[in-house]
Amino acid sequence: MAQPIFAYILHKDGTADDTALELITAAGALNPDASITALVAGSGAKLDSVCRNVGPHFDEVWKIDNEALAHVSAEVLRPALVRILPKESIVLIPHEHFGMDLAPGFSIKLDAAYLPDVCGFQGIENGKLKAIREEYLGQVSTHVLCDISKGAVITVRPGSFKADENRAKVTQIVDKTAEALEGGVQGGFRRYLEIVAAEVGDVDITKSDVLVSVGRGIEDQENLEIVFDLAKAMGADVSCSRPIVDAKWLEKSRQVGTSGQTVKPKVYLALGISGAFQHLGGIKGAPFIIAVNKNPKAPIFQAADVGIVDDILDFIPELTDRINEIKG
Amino acid sequence: MEILVCIKRVPDTSENEIEVNRDGTDIERDDLVYSVNEWDNYAVEEAIQIRDKVGGSVTVVTVGDEEGEEVVRREMAMGADHGILLSDEAFSGSDGKGIAAVLKAEVEKGNYDLILTGAQADDGSGQVGGMLAAMLDRPYASLVNLIEIVDEKTIKVGREIAGGNQEMNEIDLPCVLSIQTGINEPRYVGIRGIRKVASLEIPVHTAEDLGISADIVGESAARTKRLDYFVAEPGEGAEILEGSTDEIIDKLIELLKAKGGIK
Repeated sequence: MAQPIFAYILHKDGTADDTALELITAAGALNPDASITALVAGSGAKLDSVCRNVGPHFDEVWKIDNEALAHVSAEVLRPALVRILPKESIVLIPHEHFGMDLAPGFSIKLDAAYLPDVCGFQGIENGKLKAIREEYLGQVSTHVLCDISKGAVITVRPGSFKADENRAKVTQIVDKTAEALEGGVQGGFRRYLEIVAAEVGDVDITKSDVLVSVGRGIEDQENLEIVFDLAKAMGADVSCSRPIVDAKWLEKSRQVGTSGQTVKPKVYLALGISGAFQHLGGIKGAPFIIAVNKNPKAPIFQAADVGIVDDILDFIPELTDRINEIKG
Repeated sequence: MEILVCIKRVPDTSENEIEVNRDGTDIERDDLVYSVNEWDNYAVEEAIQIRDKVGGSVTVVTVGDEEGEEVVRREMAMGADHGILLSDEAFSGSDGKGIAAVLKAEVEKGNYDLILTGAQADDGSGQVGGMLAAMLDRPYASLVNLIEIVDEKTIKVGREIAGGNQEMNEIDLPCVLSIQTGINEPRYVGIRGIRKVASLEIPVHTAEDLGISADIVGESAARTKRLDYFVAEPGEGAEILEGSTDEIIDKLIELLKAKGGIK
């Protein structure tokens, strides 16, 4: 019999995250014969709403319902899941901030193999799973072989698998709370306090139609001037990738990406941005993407509609001058 | 506060274009510039700032061959008090769990209140910190972008979550944290700083020193193994504009106008 697959469901305000249905496709790619059980932790009516929503797509739903999980902490959840999961389970978890908190230690406690940030599966042979990952911020890919015979914890890159909305099952919702939290809630050494909301900046890039977005290729804070000049000529707003915010050259509210803002412009001009998946994850609504980068192998060229291989420090001023000429 | 920071020597992606070698067995390593993993550098800076505020010491440790010494020395030039190199033939080919097992053995030789790692390194796994915490049965928080010392037994940490928001937690010491970039502004290390620590002896601890049995580390213990490197098929990819810069700009402006990119 195929090893059972479990999918960890992220959710917010009673609604499952997009990754929930992506994990179904991922599980199917991993092993089409395996059963898929949704793991859903939370509290009260919101949890029940998630279970009802995603339930019909899974063979079973296992829920853990406790007030201590109203804001789910990886430290609380990890020992609870270890209690209920059968030996040799395969657990799929989205590779984002919660998954990264939960998963590595989870693999140790389950004595399972760990396979992080998977972009694709290529089948199982003799208990060994072949998968595709990326290294060096997406500049190269690798095939990895993972011995899953004693179980595995696998984090799956959000957006790598298409959501499967068609899988329909007669689902049983199983309340695993008592078993999971037997002996009380653990993980009290780390206590959740609050969410500090992102600072609001002077420009709301989430409302911009045209974004001129700048990355590490700008090299120096002083060079940002040419980017603002271009944006002014185009009538666009300036956004950026993570390294620019890490260097404190621009405020966090201008950062596009999963850890920054999600933007929905019509046109996105990416200047000197390599195109890590966390950055691309913040661009929604299928804008027309133009990338300028001196490295022809930069991953941004995979996502862009149009590419220009050039040094942005040379290219930007020439483009600005020409636009200003045309506009007179 | 006694702080241990786990660091790694990696090819510097801001200095190199990473390419696959001819037979796909490795990346092209000729002429690569190596440096300390960017995330680890932020972790060391954070440790130094905490030490300067509340006292104690900062130790940096890496698992690797003798070339690992170079990054240990660099972080000591930055201000770390001690450096340790964990090096043994038996460690080579370890997966994340193997590396975490080596670090665990070193942690248990000391008396650390706080253990920091970078949130991820060159292979993008982000695994060693969380594994180490689980092996040590200590609390863990990942993607930390703020640390406040409350008292000798407690700290407050901010975690970077989606949408630029921050999740605040209180954690009891001792604990393990993985550090996100942007938490601070790592100080510059000049040639003079490097020279000052050039002659310091960096102790090397082997598997025997650490009491590590060969069956939990190295390639034979690794359950996750890299088979090869390759460059992903371009897929649809971008239409690359070609010609002189003038011609490219003409085409680009036409496209921008058509798509509403110039107002």
